[in-house]
Formats: sequence, structure tokens, C-alpha cells
Amino acid sequence: MESKKINLETTCPNTWCPGCGDFGIMMSFKQAVTALIEAGTPKENIVVVGDIGCNSKIADYLNLNSFIGLHGRSISLAEGIKIGNSNLKVFVFLGDGACLDEGISHLIHAAKRNTNITVIMHNNRLFALTTGQFTAVTPKGLKTRSTPEGSIEEPLNPIELLIASNASFVARGYSSRIEDVKNLILEADKHKGFSFVEVLQPCVSFYNTIEFYNERVYYGQNPNLESKESAMKLAREWNYNGEGRIPLGIIYKTEREVFETEEAALLPKVRNFEKCLQAHL
Amino acid sequence: MKKDYSIIVGGAAGQGSRKAGLIIAKIFKRLGFFVYIYDDYQSLIKGGHNFSQIRISDKFIAGRREKIDILIAFDKKTVDMHESILNTGGILIFNKNKTPEEKGVGIEADAIVKHMQGKHIMANTAMIGGFLKVVGIDWTVAKPILEKELGGDINMKIARESYDSTKEIIKIEPNKKTKNPEYLMTGNEAAALGAAKAGLDIYYAYPMTPASGILHYFAEHEKELGILTIQPENEIAVANEAVGSAYAGKRTMVASSSGGFALMSETISLSAMSEVPVLFINSQRMGPATGVPTYSGQSDLLFSINPGTGDFEKFVAAPSNSEETAYWSGKLLNLAWQYQTPAILLLDKELSEGTFSIGKSIFKDIKKEKEIVWDKKGEYGRYKITKDGISPLAYPGVKNAIIKASSYEHDEGGLTVEENEGIITAMQEKRLRKFEAMRKIADSAGAVKVYGNKKSKIVIISWGFTSGAVREVSEKLGLKFVQPIVMSPFPIKQMNKALLGAEQIILIENNALGQLGTVMASYGIYADKKILKYSSRPFTVEELENRISKAIKR
Repeated sequence: MESKKINLETTCPNTWCPGCGDFGIMMSFKQAVTALIEAGTPKENIVVVGDIGCNSKIADYLNLNSFIGLHGRSISLAEGIKIGNSNLKVFVFLGDGACLDEGISHLIHAAKRNTNITVIMHNNRLFALTTGQFTAVTPKGLKTRSTPEGSIEEPLNPIELLIASNASFVARGYSSRIEDVKNLILEADKHKGFSFVEVLQPCVSFYNTIEFYNERVYYGQNPNLESKESAMKLAREWNYNGEGRIPLGIIYKTEREVFETEEAALLPKVRNFEKCLQAHL
Repeated sequence: MKKDYSIIVGGAAGQGSRKAGLIIAKIFKRLGFFVYIYDDYQSLIKGGHNFSQIRISDKFIAGRREKIDILIAFDKKTVDMHESILNTGGILIFNKNKTPEEKGVGIEADAIVKHMQGKHIMANTAMIGGFLKVVGIDWTVAKPILEKELGGDINMKIARESYDSTKEIIKIEPNKKTKNPEYLMTGNEAAALGAAKAGLDIYYAYPMTPASGILHYFAEHEKELGILTIQPENEIAVANEAVGSAYAGKRTMVASSSGGFALMSETISLSAMSEVPVLFINSQRMGPATGVPTYSGQSDLLFSINPGTGDFEKFVAAPSNSEETAYWSGKLLNLAWQYQTPAILLLDKELSEGTFSIGKSIFKDIKKEKEIVWDKKGEYGRYKITKDGISPLAYPGVKNAIIKASSYEHDEGGLTVEENEGIITAMQEKRLRKFEAMRKIADSAGAVKVYGNKKSKIVIISWGFTSGAVREVSEKLGLKFVQPIVMSPFPIKQMNKALLGAEQIILIENNALGQLGTVMASYGIYADKKILKYSSRPFTVEELENRISKAIKR
């Protein structure tokens, strides 16, 4: 058990806008990590994987092992880390643009594969670090710098997508509800398999949705967490446009074989290089 | 006595001509010959025309001949396509039940199969049996190899009946003059085994011809080699997963061909910037774009030595045969880890899928060489400024270290830096010192090979697979042949040493632009003449002899 205070601070100056939802997500994560370490997880076994975007700066602000990769590719990077050493707890932080635009194929396949990592998607529903362009979850009609007349595309529903992709843990949080997001992260970590936690996150500079979310979010209850049908029903309560109530909490959860465990089971105890050479005689 | 034979075995895709070619090659290997097999097939599964050209010789060979001594035709198309290149006095062996009207040795292959109640594909066994008799190989020599490769009672009966019903025409005597290498191996297999010997832990790949053979090999031998073999959703995932696993301390390798390799290029930059080692293989096809997928070329040299954005050095080696491929696959994996850098093994279709004679001893020369690891003293910084620019490695899970890697420019601890020009400059200079060390190690013996007449003032330069045929012709014509294997950092000292006293330089490449010529020119080495071929097929030795002879100043 750690007796000294757990230090998660770094010297990197924080450049998030005052009031950014990312502060709430980082607070939740710090609390979750502290709880994990206090419960016995060695700090050195925790790895934070960042993408590119405001959200991913979290890796610089946390005194933990980390790897900031390429835009849209952080999920693949994280899968590689987990496959490389399955003792590590791997948390990926990325935005909706990285997750659902640039890197959507990696998201779907990681869910399908059921790699035991936790993906935390900061969803501010646009590209912010590049000063405000639309993403796959921007509501139809929203004016952004790349859609000055309003976006003409219908937004994607990532919760629906993840359930359909066979993700084994799907949850939604809201960055202003710090304690709840912390608990979702801990639940996601506890879950053996691919965990997806969407965190709704207002962007105070380009798309301030604080009031919008405060009016609509509620704790949705999936009466049967293993039922895709009831999970889909919850997922469809809000279509990422204007209407509907927005359910928070764990939406879908099921247990199935973990990818890297199944892969590792294929390996022999002893390598037999010579036998391979003999076949070429 | 003749000690150099060229044989074509051909048929429709699915008739098993490739397997037959490999078995014939193994029998000749047993008889003491050096062997090289060129496999030709199209991008289709059934029908079409496939053939293997087997060359056997009492000395090392790695190139095709234009003419053949023996044609083994499983169907009519094979006869039509290749009969014209049969040497005077050459022998045509054909399946009499598929193409009855030919002059030569007809084998009742289908009838024999039917008689023995075998499967249609076993006609290839009958063709092998007949061939063995025609060239006077003792049944006792062939039998154990046939048993090992084909197995089964029916196959053996088919081979024997065909053997007994055919007449001996020539007698190929065993080669006792020179000792031949122990193994037969494709370039893809050699690349896999070389890396395995150098401590490869995980192989990631997305299928793409002609690199897929490596994926198949690892997948098939996962239980023997203990190398995790994973096929992610695309090349970008492949490359990023490989970087992730390497950050976690596992040696990783990935492979693709041309376009698939291009998809990895951003990740090659990531590997360089984050200083996380990965070995990338690019098995070239003739490009641009999808190009000629199942045929060959050397048109990716310039791209392979400059595959990513930003200022960085990387190791690139382009071997020419299986022996060099095994060695450099292992060597590059070690170098990648010792210098924490991307490394690229550049192959091509002929090298990947061609089968070469390869000696046992090469695998004894390859071992896992240690990387520089953290001594666990003081505070750990992933990018500690050091004299030689190499910062000791540590992997997540190690106590008392925070390991922060990044694709952003970073400080010694791995934190993103944008404002502080001093740190950005210092970090660039740390890497520059490392690049200097990489240039030094790259420019050492073995980076450039010299063959043929060392005193010749006429020097031929070539690289990659093309080197095999060029070497053979240079030796025959009494010319000096210089083959750079390391392509980046370019071994300029070794090259200048090899070219000392050259009065005419002839450059030979299997591409349209003469890409090695461009590389050499940037180091002040100019070719007087270029011999290029870009039909997507490799040079034959006859063609080279003819073109080199014309290019020589007399």
C-alpha cells in the first residue's frame, strides 16, 4: 500500500480554456487513478494513451506512463501496448474527431476484437484544437468554420455504433458530473474487455453546451445490461441533434473472451527455431 | 559435363505446378546443386497460367535464364507459351491426356492417376515421376523426398508407375565439385526467420502480395516460433500497434507491399520522433499505385529511404537473396533497437517469393543483440540528453520510472514542448548526434559487396534482387560488380572504396527512373550508362549479357 501521497501532477503548463469540460474529465480520472492505486494497482502499471486534440493533452498533465500518438490512431497504439504487456492498465483519451472521423475503423475493430482497454472519448461534438470544424457528431445545422451555412450532415450516434460493433462495455458520462464519471471509469477498468466511455464535454470556446446538457441529462437505467435491444432503446433516446432526453450511466455490458488473452494462449512454452529450419532441408 | 540446367514446370492455376517445381528443386538440392526458383503467377485463383522456372548449377545462382533445357507441361497452354524458348536438343515432357499431339515425352498422367484411384491434382505427381526418369535420377534418391513432400501411398504409387513407364533420355549426374548450401528458402521465409532469430516477439501485418508470405509463415509457425502473429484491420493499425507493443518492450516487425507500406508512412515518422523501434518490410511490386501486383520491380527505393515527414534518419537495407535477407532482417531488428529508430527492409516480389539456396551458418551469425536500457539510477527521462544521442530505454511496468513517449516534440521527460526553442533545439541535436552514430555504423564492412574481377576498370552497380543475375554476368564477362545493400544511411565510404579506379560505371536497375542513380548522384557518384528494365519482369542473364556488352566502351 502506498503510504506517501500519490503525486499525479507534472510541470507541463495547462493550456485548456478556462471552464473547459476537459478539466472535469481530468479530475474524474485523477480520482479514479488514486482509488486504483490505493486499492493496490502499481502506479507503474498504468498507461495513458493520448491522441491529438485538446483532450489528449491530459497525457502531459498526468505524472503517469503515457504515449501521445498520431491523430486518430491512439486506439491502435493502445491495443499494441496491451498486447505487448497484458499486465498494464491502458486508458485511451481521444476526442470525437479522432475517434469517429479519422480513426473510426480502429474503434470498431477494437470493439469487435474485445481488447481489454478503456477508451474515454471526450465528446465536444466538433474539432476544437483546430479552431472549430464539424465532426461526425456535430448536430445538423450547426455553423462551424468549415460549415458556415450550417452542417448538412446528420450526426452519427456513437453509442448505437458501439453496441452494434459488439463492444462489451458502453457507457456515457457528462464532464460536469465528476463523481459519476470517476465511477464509470472505475467500472470500465474493472470490466474485462473493450470498454467505451463517452463523456459529453462542453467546449466553452466553440460550442458551449452546458445549459443544453444540464436540461437534458438523466440517469438512464437499462433494466437488463446484457440486452442489446434495451441498450439500443436507451441509445436512441437522443440522436445527437436537438431533441430528446440524454441518458447517462452504463448502457450495455456483457462478458466475452478477451482478445490478447486468447492470442497469448496460442504461444508455446518453449520456442523451437531449429524445427522451423529443418523444414527447409 | 553440363552443370547448369534450366527447367520450366507450368500449368493452369490449381494444377499444382508450383509444388511440383519445389519438389524437383529439393531433389536437385539433394544431388548437390545450388538451386534458384522463379515463380510466375497472375492475380487470380483458378485457371490462368502459372509456372516455376528452376535453375540448378554447381555454383550460386539467383537469376533466370531466357532459354530452358527441359519443359514440363501440365497443359496445352504451357506448351504453347514456352516451347519456343526450349534449347536445341531440349526436352519437352507433357501430359499426354491433356495435350496429346506434342513431340517429346508424353506421360499418361491422368490415366495413371485414374488407375491408382487418386485425385485429379495428383497428375502433378505423375509428371514428377516421369521427369525423374527422363533425366536419369535414381528412384532411391528421389523416394525419400517424395515421401516427405507428398506422403501417402497413392502418391507414391502414381510416381512410381509414371517413373517405370518412362524412358531415360539424359543422365544428370550429382554435383560433387562444390559443396552446396543446406537449405532452400524463399526471401519471405528468410525475412521471418532472420527476425525470429534476432528476438522478434510480435508480428503484425495486413495481407498484401508479395509480402503476405511472411504473414502466412508466421501464422503457420506461431506455435513453434512463439511469435505472436496478428492481422489488424489495416496497415495503419498494423504500424501503430507495432509501435505500441515496442513501447511496452516487445520487438515488433510489420510488412506490406508498396501501397500498403505507404499507408504506414506517418507511423514511420512516429517511430522516429517517439524513438520507438519498429522493423518495417516493404516488398515492392512494380508501381505506381496498385501497379502490377504479382510481378516485380524496384521502383520504391527513393520512397523507402524517404518514407516519412520531418528530419530523421532511418536504417534501410535492400538484400538480394535469401541469405542476405535473413541476415539483414535480423541485423535491422537489432539496429532498430540499439538506435531506437525505424528500420526498413526493402524486398521485391522476386526476392520475397523466389526460392534460393541458403547456408545453415547464416543463422548462427544472427542473434539478439542488446539494446541500451536504463540502469535504474536517478530520475528516469525517456529522452535524456546523452553524448551519443541515445537515451536508455525503460518500459511501462518498471518501478520508479515514468515513461512518457510522444509524437510531439518533447523535453527530456517526454512532455510536449512548443514555447521553449532551447529545448526544441537541444532535442533535435540529441537526435542529430544519434543520426551521426547511425551513419557511422551503416557505413561499415558488409554494407557494400564487391564481386567479379576486382581489377576491372569497368564497374557494374546494381542492387536488390537484380544483383543475382548481374553478378553472374559480371563474373562471366570479367567485370567488377558492386552491390550496395545498405541504402540508408548511404554507405558512401564503402561505395567510394569499392569504386576506386573505376573508369566506366554502368548502373542496372529494374525500374524506369534509375532510382539508385539518383541516390548515388546526391553523393557525387555518377553512372556513365544506365541499363533499365520496367516491364515488371526481372532481367534474364542472356538479356543482361547482351545489354552490358553493348554498353561497354571499347
